[in-house]
This record gives sequence, C-alpha cells and structure tokens, in this order.
Amino acid sequence: MYKYVGKDVKRVDGLDKVTGYTKYVDDIKMPGMLYAKIKKSPYAHAKIRKIDTSKAEALEGVKAVITGADVPNRVGLYLEDKTFLATDKVRFIGEPVAAVAAVTPEIAEQAVELIEVEYEELPSVFTAMDAIKPDAPLVHENLGEYYHGPIFFPKPGTNISNHYKIRKGDVEKGFAEADYIMENEFYVPHIQHAPIENHSVIALTEPSGKVTVWSACQSPYAVRKALSVAFNLPLHKVRVISPAVGGGFGGKAGTTLEGITIPLSQKCVGKPVKLTFTREEDMICSFVRQGCLARIKTGVKKDGRIVAEENTFYWEGGAYTEYGVNISRAGGYASTGPYDIPNVKADSYCVYTNQPVGGPYRGFGMSEIHFAIEQNLDMVATQMGMDPVEFRKINAIKEGGHTVTGQQLYNVGITKCIEAVEKDIEWGKKSEPSGPNKVRGKGIACMYKAPSMPNNVASSAVIKINEDGTANLLVTAMDIGQGSNTVLAQIAAEELTIPVEKISVVTGDTDITPYEWQTVASRITYCAGNAVKKAAQDAKEQMLKLASIALGLPAEYLEFKDEHVVSKIYPDRKISIASLALGLEMPDGSGVHGPIIGRGSFIPPNVRNTDKETGQGDKPVAFWTFGAQAVEIEIDTETGQIEVIKVAAAYDVGKAINPQLCKAQIEGGIVQGIGSALLEQQIMDKGRVLNPNFVDYKIPAVSDAPEMIVRIVEVPEETGPYGARGVGEPAMVPTAPAIANAVYDALGIRINSLPLSAEKVLKAIKDSQK
Amino acid sequence: MKHSISFTINGEKVHLEVEPHKTLLNMIREDLNLTGAKEGCGAGECGSCTVIVDGKAVNSCMMLAVEADGKEIITVEGLAKNGVLDALQESFINNAALQCGYCTPGMLMSAKALLMRNPKPSEEEIKEAIAGNLCRCTGYKVIVDAIKEAAEKNN
Repeated sequence: MYKYVGKDVKRVDGLDKVTGYTKYVDDIKMPGMLYAKIKKSPYAHAKIRKIDTSKAEALEGVKAVITGADVPNRVGLYLEDKTFLATDKVRFIGEPVAAVAAVTPEIAEQAVELIEVEYEELPSVFTAMDAIKPDAPLVHENLGEYYHGPIFFPKPGTNISNHYKIRKGDVEKGFAEADYIMENEFYVPHIQHAPIENHSVIALTEPSGKVTVWSACQSPYAVRKALSVAFNLPLHKVRVISPAVGGGFGGKAGTTLEGITIPLSQKCVGKPVKLTFTREEDMICSFVRQGCLARIKTGVKKDGRIVAEENTFYWEGGAYTEYGVNISRAGGYASTGPYDIPNVKADSYCVYTNQPVGGPYRGFGMSEIHFAIEQNLDMVATQMGMDPVEFRKINAIKEGGHTVTGQQLYNVGITKCIEAVEKDIEWGKKSEPSGPNKVRGKGIACMYKAPSMPNNVASSAVIKINEDGTANLLVTAMDIGQGSNTVLAQIAAEELTIPVEKISVVTGDTDITPYEWQTVASRITYCAGNAVKKAAQDAKEQMLKLASIALGLPAEYLEFKDEHVVSKIYPDRKISIASLALGLEMPDGSGVHGPIIGRGSFIPPNVRNTDKETGQGDKPVAFWTFGAQAVEIEIDTETGQIEVIKVAAAYDVGKAINPQLCKAQIEGGIVQGIGSALLEQQIMDKGRVLNPNFVDYKIPAVSDAPEMIVRIVEVPEETGPYGARGVGEPAMVPTAPAIANAVYDALGIRINSLPLSAEKVLKAIKDSQK
Repeated sequence: MKHSISFTINGEKVHLEVEPHKTLLNMIREDLNLTGAKEGCGAGECGSCTVIVDGKAVNSCMMLAVEADGKEIITVEGLAKNGVLDALQESFINNAALQCGYCTPGMLMSAKALLMRNPKPSEEEIKEAIAGNLCRCTGYKVIVDAIKEAAEKNN
C-alpha cells in the first residue's frame, strides 16, 4: 500500500504559520515603498463628466495619480468587460475611479479627498428581474463588442451577459407523463467571501519596463495573462508572485488590485507601490457572491421518479460579469443537482445589475442552485408523502446514470454518502428539545459539483532532485489554506520514495514556478496532483536508466524503495537517489546525463464542448464530486434563533490523500455554509452596501460551530491521482438547504430565501399563526 | 508631537518615540517589524491583531501605542522559547488547527492568555476566550481541540 498517500502528514506550512513567520503581502515592507489609496464612486450608475486631479497632484508627498484614462484596456477572464478604473461611466457604488500613490497612507488618503469628479447620474437596476425588462437601463451598452470565450452567449442590447441552455430529452412530454407537477421559487442574496486577510498588492516597475507584483492571489498565471492584456506588456515582462494567501474562497482568483497598483508604479519607476484594502473596501469593492433567483418546475411519477424538470436561474451578476458568466454556465450544466432526470429544460441567465461585482465564491454557483434544488426536492417529497431520504435515493444518479448534459457517469458515490449521513444523524429519530419554546428538526441535502473550468486548462510541475537526495517541488498551485503544499509533497514523496520532510515545495512565482491555470474549482489535488505525479515519474525514468547502467541490470528489474533504486530480485543491489541526482559517475571518472529534473504536464483528458443549443455533451467536465449533509437544529420559537446542533457530512473524494486535512476542509466548509445559511447577507439599499464590517455582517464565530461528523467515502475517480477528486468547495454546498429543510421539519414552515435569520424565522412563525 | 515610551516585548526592553495616534498594532508591525499580528478589520471585530499585554489578550488595533508605556507585551513571535515551540503551537500543527494561517497568531495569543490565567480551562472557557477571534477556514472545532490538547499537556 501507500507510504505517504492516505496518511495524516502534518502541514508542511504549519511551523511558519504558528510562529507568525509566514509573510503575507501586507507584511512585506520594501525600501522606498509608496502607499496607494483609491477614489470610489458614490453612484450606482453615472456618467463621468470630468475628473480634476490637479489639487491631489499638488499635495506634497504625492508621487502619482491615475484615472481611467491610464488604464483603458478592457480585461476579463471569460468576458472582457471591465477596466481596472472606471473610464466612461461608473456602474456600482464603490467602483474605483482614480488612485493615488504617496509616501504615506495618510497623504494618499488626503490626496484622494482632493480629487474632484463630476458625475451625471443615470437610471440604475438592482435586481435581475428588473434588469431583464425590455426597457431596463443598460449597464453595458457595448456588450456586443466585448471579447468573450466561445462557450459564452451574451445577448447584446440587453443586460444578459450569458444565456446557458440545457435541452435534454423532451420536457413537454415528461410533464405530460408526470402524475404531479409542482413549481417553486427561491432566492439567495449576495454574500461576501470575508477572508480574514484583506486584498493586498505591491507593484514595482523596473527601468526596463518589467513589472513585478506581489499579490495575495490564488492564480498567478491567470493574473499575469490579464495584466499583460491590460498593460500591453509581453508575458515575460510581467512577474506575478503570490507569497501567501490569507484565505481566498474564490475572492482572490482573477485580478484584484494589481491593475491599480501597476499603472501607479509605472509612473514612479523603481518604487514599489502597495495597496491594501480596508475591511470596508474588501466588502464592497472586491468580488462578492452574486445573488440568484431560481424557479423550479418538477414533474414526478407516483412511484417517486422525477420525469421532468424545468429550471430557470437568474444571476444578479453585478456591474461586471467577466467571471460571473462562467458561474451561470456552471449553474446550467449542473442544473438539476445529483439526480438522474430524463427530461430537462434549463435556462441560466447571467444579468448585469448596478451592484458590487459578482465573482467566484467557494461552490461556484452550486451553493446557490442547490439551495433551490434541495429544498424543492423536499417540498415535492412532502407533497408526495414520501420520506426525503428515500425520495433522494430513488432519484440520485446511479452507476451508468446520466447528468443533465447527457454525460454517463460511473464510480458514483452519492448513494453511499446519503446512507452515511442518514445513519450519522439518526434519521427518523426525534430528539428532545433543550427547553420550553424550543423545537427540533432534521434535514438533509445532497450536492454535486464539477470543476468549472475551460476544457483544456493546464497544470505543470517540476521536481529537482538534489545531490543529497532531497528534492524541490516547483508548482504554481497555491496553498490558500486548503493544504495543497502538503498534499502535493505527499504525492511527490509517494512516487519518489523520498520522505515528505526531504521535499521542499516552492510555489507562486511566474518567473520561477511552472504553469498552473488557477487555484480554483477544487481542482488542485486532481490537476496539479496529476502533474506532480507525472513529474516524479519523469524523474524516476531518468534515474532508472542511470541505475540500470550503474547496477548492470535491466530497468524493468529495478524499483524505487526508501530513497534508492533497488533490484527487485537482489535487494542488496541498489543505488541511492542522492548518488544519481547530478547524473551518473562512471568508473573512469567521466559522467553521463547530468542533473535529474522531472517535468510533469497535465490537462484533464477528453473534456469537450457541449452543444450550444441543447447543452448536451458526453464529457463537459473533468469529474464530479458527490456529497450529502444532514443536520439537526433547534429553533427558539420566541426569538426565531436557529442553533445548528449537529451536522453529519459525507463526501466521495475518491481518495483522501491526507484524511486529516480533507476532514478539516469539510469542517471549514460546513461552518462557512452555516454562515451563509443563518447570518450572511450583503444588505443593500439602491446598490449601497449597508453592512460592510464584521459587526453588521457577521460571519460564524466559535459559538456557531456545531458538532460535526465527517465521513470520507472513497469510490476512486479513474483519472485522478490515486483516485482523488476535489472537495474544497463541495464542503459548503449542502449546508444551507439541509438547514432550511430542518426548519420545515421542526416548524412545518418553508422559508425560500437566505439567510434564515432569527427575525425572518420569527416573522414566519408569527405569520403562520395568523 | 511624539511621545517617549518604554516597554518590554517578548522579553526585550524597548524605548520608542511614537505619534499619539499610532495604534499598538501599527507600532508592533511598522516600528518593530513584528508582522505576526495582523490587521483584519482595524476595528476590534476580528481578533487577528491579538497580542498579550500584561497577561491579557487585547486587540492591538484598538489600543494606542502610548498606552504600552511600562507594559509587558507578548506577540506570536515570543511564544516559542529558544527554538522550542509552545505547547499551543505544537497542538495547532498536530490538530490541523490552521489553514490559511492568517488568524492563527491572534488565535494563539487569545489561547495563550487563557492558559496563562487558567491552565485547566473547560471547553466553554476555551470558546469564550476565542469568541472574538474570527477564522474563515477551519470551522473552529479543531482549534478548540488543539487548545484542549495543549491545556492537557500543561497539567
């Protein structure tokens, strides 16, 4: 069996983090460093008539002032619809319109106050339903001119930046065959990633024009590409370093503050410029999770089989949807959840609104659609008089079953996950409330998620074997807390038979570490893991050839064992990895081959486009991760307060490379899910965020964490390293709908929107008593 | 006008001239280059700037540097002694009680202050001690486990 894979190896970054040694971007101080601040729009939608920066420029200590005129190129990961500073008009409250670099943050702040901007206010739109009306004001008049990836379908002349369609089977026929038809509507509001580290970037322009940024970023290569487009720089003149990331959750994928600090640094060559967001700025001006209105129509037979489903998702994408369009796509191709439904019509619309910018958030659309799918399922089960667990088991995708795109799936662990949580939560058994005016309930929800990424995204890894038998592993997979440095070191260790503590992981520097598309989509263990495995195998092949010469044995009779290449037949005939690291020394003193450098490249195999009109395709994604959660809650009927007592979670991760870190990821996801379920919402008034701080926008504290029982199911993914799949995002997806279903179980009241705040629950209780 | 202050930090005596409006956090990070304490909110809401002042865990973003005069301060950099980790640091690693690591210094200092005044805390007391320390990654259970484990080692 495995020596390092599947073991609870302690985090390789643990020591640096517990000693406070790890340097995050805002911890970095450089000689001559300047500090930047941004001027933000007070309007949700307005023309910029004039910007006067003369007073700011005249202030002593100010070194550079920029406006939209300095950054005219449009950029975007999937749809090039944004500029780093507003140019012709502003589209949300908080949008950066100008920026200043000065010798102190205080002077930069003063200078920002001195910038005068004249606006002409325009009519705004704040909900997806208003924004899709024919006479709605357009957030982007020039949508038709924007460059976008071929898998997206914007509708020029409207606020719809993507319309993803699924047409599977014959939905009309399916409804005609159904014994019952039900329709329900759900809404999920905007929420914030709220990593504890605010966004921070330092940019430095060298005399040659080369730009280096130190950025708290999940995806150095994707960021490098966008910056090269934005500033007309060739890729080798842009260096992106991500020293450490203090929590990402998607909010630090894509570009953030680099596009503001670079043009400032270009005006003060040789001086590093730092911009760190305040918590308030982080809450308003960085990515948020977009709102989503979901409508589900379900047709079901008497025996409990769902035969038809019509789903419509309207995503409130905010002012720019360069990233959001792909969330709407993911919502489309996963639109029914982990259930095998023969006839499906789904429409997923990404809609511009004059709100903060929607972007990737742990789950990438899955939390939002599963809140609807999983509550809808319970509502249908209730109508049918069926048990929610049984109803799920009937409809869950089985071995050889099909997704909504028509993809046939094997190695499906969803039923095992359902059975695990059913047992752990003691489904069907009522427990006693802790006091009077308290009621208890149990709920369940399932999920599935695939990495939402272009088909051919690439990963690579380099392994350098050192002459003492240690190794350096170079990747641009970023350890944003999920533990990838540890997991990737374990994979390298397993292949090379070199202990984890003898492998040093180097990450996040586009001048040094090899290509990685992005650290997003719960794809790193799978994609980068495969690349690391291949790099190790490449290094081994090189060493095998040399060992074969040294030992006078054919390579097929040799194997790697405990840092040596060893004869399979005569175990005493062996040569150490250390002695092969720089090539083989021959008996006459000459040498062959030279240093061992393993290279590994990986692209998920055979992932193909789907049909534009029907969304059908045999393999639109690399893999699917399935999971289930069941919860027990207690509600105080006098206050409406929900306490989550216990959560049972089970995920089919294929193979847990590090079970301890895998469980830690799932626990973290559960509690983040509880935050979104009970506490979190960006409260907005006409586009103005009213709660941009941790007092008014609460995220879970220790008292909100429930008892958690986490089960790891391992049905191997055949293309994954050792069978592994991703689980980082899936961890939070079913939590909110499971809690909502438990609310119904406890009270007989259905609440169709998040968060399930005490006041909303109390109002629902009072309304039900009228 | 700057104020002249003297205090002890991680066992070392320090004299500094500080502006009256400077926070303790900024002084520690900028003047002393001890960047373990982090700013997550600048308003006493997240706890990532927690340090120990005269035995008590404080949000250093909410205390002025001048108030440090005559005080004894411990930051995360002062937890390990002569290269030997504190029991809390060991147990945080053992329990995977950290992920991104950004809240970790503050979390450790709140826990340390608790164990300094109460070597055998109950689970409730542990939770109360870190109630003001936000962590977005771990879900807290492993952090509570880690503090319990360190406390057991104390006894």
